[in-house]
Order: sequence, then C-alpha cells, then structure tokens
Amino acid sequence: MPRINSASELEAFRKDILSKRDPKKPCISVCTGTGCLALGAAKVVAALKEEINKQGLENKVGVVDVKETGCPGFCERGPIIVIHPEEICYLQVQPGDAEEIVSQTILAKKVIDRLLYAVPGVDEKITRESEIPFYKNQMRNLIGNNIKIDPKKLDDYLAVGGYSALVKALFQNTPEQVVELVKHSNLRGRGGAGFPAGRKWEFARNNPDEPKYVIVNADEGDPGAFMDRALLEGNPFSVLEGLTIGAYAIGSHEGYFYVRQEYPLAVENITLAIKQAEEYGFLGKNILGSGFDFHVKVHRGAGAFVCGEETSLLASLEGKAGEPRSRPPYPAVKGLRGKPTNINNVETWANIPLIINKGADYLASIGTGGSKGTKIFSLVGKVNNTGLVEVPMGITLRDIIYKVGGGVSGGKKFKAVQTGGPSGGCIPEEHLDIKVDFDELAKVGAIMGSGGMIVMDEDTCMVDVARYFLNFLSGESCGKCTPCREGIRQMLKILTNISEGKGKEGDIELLEDLAEATRDASLCALGGSAPNPVRSTIRYFRDEYEAHIRDKRCPAFVCKNLISYHIDPAKCQACMICLRKCPAEAITGGKKQIHVIDQEKCTKCGTCFEVCPPRFHAVKRLSGEPVPPPIPEEARILARESKQT
Amino acid sequence: MSEILLQIDGREVKADEGMTVLEAARSAGIHIPTLCHHDKLAPYGACRICVVEVNARGRKTLAAACVYPVEPNLAVRTRSEKVDKTRKMILELLLAHAPDAPALQELALEYGADKHRFEKESSFCVLCGLCVRYCTEVKKKNAIGFFDRGARREIHFIPEIAAKECWNCKECFPLCPTSYLQAAYHLTEALAFPRPSSKPASGE
Repeated sequence: MPRINSASELEAFRKDILSKRDPKKPCISVCTGTGCLALGAAKVVAALKEEINKQGLENKVGVVDVKETGCPGFCERGPIIVIHPEEICYLQVQPGDAEEIVSQTILAKKVIDRLLYAVPGVDEKITRESEIPFYKNQMRNLIGNNIKIDPKKLDDYLAVGGYSALVKALFQNTPEQVVELVKHSNLRGRGGAGFPAGRKWEFARNNPDEPKYVIVNADEGDPGAFMDRALLEGNPFSVLEGLTIGAYAIGSHEGYFYVRQEYPLAVENITLAIKQAEEYGFLGKNILGSGFDFHVKVHRGAGAFVCGEETSLLASLEGKAGEPRSRPPYPAVKGLRGKPTNINNVETWANIPLIINKGADYLASIGTGGSKGTKIFSLVGKVNNTGLVEVPMGITLRDIIYKVGGGVSGGKKFKAVQTGGPSGGCIPEEHLDIKVDFDELAKVGAIMGSGGMIVMDEDTCMVDVARYFLNFLSGESCGKCTPCREGIRQMLKILTNISEGKGKEGDIELLEDLAEATRDASLCALGGSAPNPVRSTIRYFRDEYEAHIRDKRCPAFVCKNLISYHIDPAKCQACMICLRKCPAEAITGGKKQIHVIDQEKCTKCGTCFEVCPPRFHAVKRLSGEPVPPPIPEEARILARESKQT
Repeated sequence: MSEILLQIDGREVKADEGMTVLEAARSAGIHIPTLCHHDKLAPYGACRICVVEVNARGRKTLAAACVYPVEPNLAVRTRSEKVDKTRKMILELLLAHAPDAPALQELALEYGADKHRFEKESSFCVLCGLCVRYCTEVKKKNAIGFFDRGARREIHFIPEIAAKECWNCKECFPLCPTSYLQAAYHLTEALAFPRPSSKPASGE
C-alpha cells in the first residue's frame, strides 16, 4: 500500500475501495469481540467458511463474504451474526447452523426463524437488527459501525467514511478552530469526572511549554465494564483518528495508548491499527501532506485499577510505581515527563471524529443542558439483555433498564441499579425516572463514572454489595495516603462485621464519619469516590443496615452468618430431592421419612431451597429468628395421604 | 520569581511562586502539623495530617498543605471544625497501627483523638515513607522500599542492598515516627545478613 499524500488522494482511494465493493453482495458479519469469542464465535466463523467452501461458493463473484467484526453490544445473545445488506440478525448462532445459513439465507434468501430474536411473551420474531428493542431504543453513534467493519482492516473504516474528519480538521480548520469546535460541542470527558474536553484541550494548547503529549486512557478497570474494550477491539481507527485530530488541535507530536494488559485483543487491534495508519500516511511525518507530524505508541498497563487515575497513569507511563500525585498542577500544566499533557478516555476520543464530521451543533443537540451526546454503558447484572448499550444523555434509567435492557431477569423485583463502577452509587426504584447525565446522577449520590451499570434485584443484600465493592477497592487502593488506605480498610472491617452478624450500635454513624473523611481528605479520586457505595446504600437502604445490626437479620437472605435453612416437617413429602442434592450431606431422612437439616453441617448454599418442588414448598429460609428444633426421630415417619399410597 | 499574595487564617501572607501552602504558612510563623513531610525530601502528600481548607476561585476543598502550590488570592484556613475533625480521624486511623508512637500521641492530645476508636492492628508502621524516600532521594541507595498496595502495603529493607549499604548509615532511624523501622532493619539483618556474633548456634 503506497502512502496517501493528500486529501484528494484519499478521496480517490476511498472511491477505489467502494468501487470494488458490491453493496448488494451478501456479507455475513460475525461478532468476534471478546464476549462472542468466549461463546464460540471463532468456531462459527470457521464453520461458515468451511460451508461456503464446501458449497463451492468461495471464489464465485458476488455470492457471499464473511467478515469478522467488533462487538455490536447484545452480548447476552452471542454469538451474533448480521447478514447485510438485509440486516438479518441471528442470535446464539452455533457452528451447526452454518450449513443452513449458507444454503437457506444466502442462497435461497430465506430467513431462518429459530435464529431470530423472539419477542418475550408473544409469538413474534424480529428479523432486522435495528428493530430489535434492545437496539431500537439506542442511539449508536460510536458503536454502530462495529458490526460493519473488520477492525483489522483500515480499508473497511475508510469504506464507512473513516478519516474524513481528519481531512476536514487538517485542511479546513486551524488547530484553534478545532479546539473551539470541541468546546462548542460541550463534550464532557467520558472517563468519570466529566470535565469539559474542549477546555482541557485549551489549557494544554495554551501552555507554551514543549513538547506536548496526548494520551488515550484505556485502563478500564471497573469490574463488569467493557465500553472502552469494545471500542478499541471493534473500531480502533475511530479512537486513533480522534487522537490524531486532538494532537493537531493541541500541538502535540507524540501520543500514547495506555491499554491494560488484560485486554489482549484490544492491544492487538490498536497496535495493528497504528501500523496500518502509519503505512497509509494517517500517522507519521507530514500526515496527508499537511505538514503535521504525529507518532503514537501503545503502552500496556500492568493491571492496577488506580492507573485509570490520570496522575497514576502518568507515573506508570514514566516507568514509576502507579501511584497518584497531588493536583494541581494538572497534567495540562505538568504532565508526562513534566510537560503539558492531555489525557482523555477512549470514548471521549471516539467522539471527536463525530464532532468534526457532523458539527459541534449536532453533538450539542443531543442530551441534556449539562451533558451532551451519547454515552455507552455496560449494562450487566440481573437484567434480561446484558450487553453494551449506547444511549443519548438524558434518557431515564428506567428506559435503559426496561426498554433497552428488557427488564429484570427471572421475573424478580427491581431493587437498585449501581452506576459508575466500584466507586459508584446504588440508586433505588424511586429515582429510576431521573435523566441520566453527569449532574443528575451526582444529585442522587451516584456517579456517571466511565459507564458501568449493574442492575440488582430483590435477592441482593445492600450491605453485602457495599462490602463487595469496598473489598475490591481495598485491594486496588495504592496505599499511599492515609484516608484511602486506612479509611477503606476500616469501612470494610465494619461492613464485614455487620454482614457476619457482629455489627453494633454506632456502626452506621462510624461508617458515615469514615466515609466523609475518606472522601474529603484522600489524595486522588479513587479515595475520593470510594465511599460512594457505602454512602449511597446507607442513604437509601438504612433499614437493611439496621436489620443486620439490631435484629441480626439479612432481609435479602444473602449474608450466610445470618441465615438458616429449615425443612417444615408439616410440608415435607420426603421426596429425597434435597437430600440427594445437598453438597454438604447435611440432610438426613429417607423414603417416607421427613427430612431434617443438620445445622452444624449446613453450608447455607441454598441448594435445598432451590430444588424443593414448588408444590411442596417445604424448605424455608430463616433470618433473624431461631431455627425450630428438629422434630424427634419417632415423629419423622411420613403418613402419606391415601391417594399417594 | 514573582511574589504571590494569599490569605492564611485571615492574614495576608507573601509567598514566592512555586512555594507550597505549608512553606508559606511556616514563613509567616503559622503552624501546620505534619508527619510525612521532611525539608530534605520532595513534598509527598501522603499522611494528610496537614490538610487545610483552601478556597480557590470560589471552590472550597480540603487540601494537603505540603503539596498544594500557592496561588494569588488563595484563602487558606489551617484550623476549622472540618479540618480538626478530619485530622482527628486520620490520627485515630494511624493510632490503630502505632498506638504508642510519641509523635501521634502528642497530636492526639491536641485533636482529641481516641486511640481506641478502631480495633488495634499494631503493625507499628504508619507508612509515612520517610525512610523509603530519604534512602532514595538523599542517600540514593534504595535499600528500603514499599511493597504491595492498599491495605497490604508494607515497608521492607532489600537484603542485598541493606547488607552492603546500611552498616554505616542508619540515617533513616531517627526519621521514623514509630519504632517500626529499626525493628524491620534488625529483622532483615538477623534473617539475611547476620553479624558473626548474632549467628544462631545451629548455624555453620
């Protein structure tokens, strides 16, 4: 591939790519993002290719292509394939389906009903991807192209209009104008704090010190969050294009991707994207003949959550221990190697080409007064449609969970949604109608964070949730400053005690004091936000804390030290199911003999409760009340009703 | 270097650009307590006992005086209900580790900190890092370092370096606000490079 040396050469090259592509030719796009790969997408690809080969279609012009793409988001139903141009979406595809897909859908143009999305509760199937409720209620500005491009092929990105924003920025705008556009769009950083990106760029641009650096923060460490991973895996070019535009605007000639080592596919795809961009002339010296030079390197993070915090990231990038330092000075003043540095999150950078292409007004037209554009969330937990969702700012939490997410799974009742990752807050039902934006979430005690969203149902214990997140944070605090290291340690201790039935009066107030000191006095945002799970659960679920402390009762039946299982002798039919399934062999009984749980042996795994046939409903969960003594041996003989004998 | 005017506890204080709030306060004779600060070492901002209320451009926050740079019109309060409450909590958290350290006890008295508020977890080290930073920054030997992170963070001598460098130095010993450092050293010495006289009887 020869280097592209001007805007007109790029347009000619793009035309050439498109002229070789027949938009009517069927193309089977298979998601090979990490989620679908884990579900066997690689075998589906192999089976499809083999089938095409077997049917002798491989070299036939205009018959079919197979494309391995990034993640479109509906991870719950992977492996996912979408057949273009009809946009037929097949879910949970297995290698065994390949033959039928090729012979029926590709050759005979027939849709395979059983692989379509079935609308729950009614006898209706949906063929087109964009009509599935999960997708229909989204606004996929950033991840919409994922299913259309092979992330390992820059030509695919060019075919969907890629790098036209860079051309526009380089040849139709001065760097100052680009900064103004980003400012005007009101784009706020997607990494968590929501600082206006344009203002941050301006600080770095106006700093006379040289050289300047631009950095992509891809150290996504929140448990259950994979927004940045999906972008880097599925469309690394858009992030790279955004970064290049930012470098031009700020006046930087050197950039870094700080990607966590635990994202091997993201590392692979972005590394390849950089290599291809260098070959094509989108990176390196004299980009597209504009005179602008820009070089990019990939740096792999060694797996510390705190390195998502920008000063820790910089320390890590400099080869030091990943520990934060005090701000000010901010990185725009003193960043990497003491030089002006602009750090934005993956998703922030991915928004830049969109702003340049569609205009600042376009982005500013989406969202609420204070938060513009779309936001990607990883919607996980007890929700029917687990996956990656991109929605306009200002959508309600209820719409995300029910319209996009399909509601709480298993017919359970909603209890809370946790937004913003491990240091986010838990929001109860009463606030589900708030509009999702940076400020509204903060008002209810949660944060936008980078976009984790965990749905919790009635079987979730909020004390246990707070304990879980504090446990994560205690291991991820760097330990440098006292409030974070010791505050989290003590909060975790108290929460553990409460969940083990050792809570005492005054614990809630002590937690509140610790939370305040940790929030206000910590060195960086990790400690500053770490108390959120504690504060928000106390704020909305104080009664659960009190039940644990005063009544030694776990209302959700989660905290093992506070619950027991008991077989109601009046209801037990001696069916032997629980007895056989008990992994601890804690149940005694036999044929026609009422079963009894040995409380000493019981590990409280809940298996007996789950397997007891609903028509008997003999196994009871108890919390905050004593277990009735086992009935005497001689009373255990079951006198069956006559119809059963 | 240009002069900056700021307010500390209601007093106009002159400071040079690049100074920290702690330095400016000290130059004006205003006391701010510190634990992890040392004049020979780069500001670190870890113990947080020096927190003060700063009001910068209308935003009021708590900040560590030892690392916060002075800026024009900055208003600082070195004592307030909030500051005292936070210092008290920090002391109580540290006292759980080193209940009898004189430096902590003195401050505990001033701020009314209760050394029994949290369950004792006597590690004796408060992780101020004075020893680690002194060895790195002043002596440039790196004989002692931090290990692990979060609640598991500890200091350790590195036996290979300590065996060579520590014999005639030990300048870090008096810096330690608790008794832990010397104990850590003697432990390392006993395990890794015992002197002939201290060799166990069973040794070769």
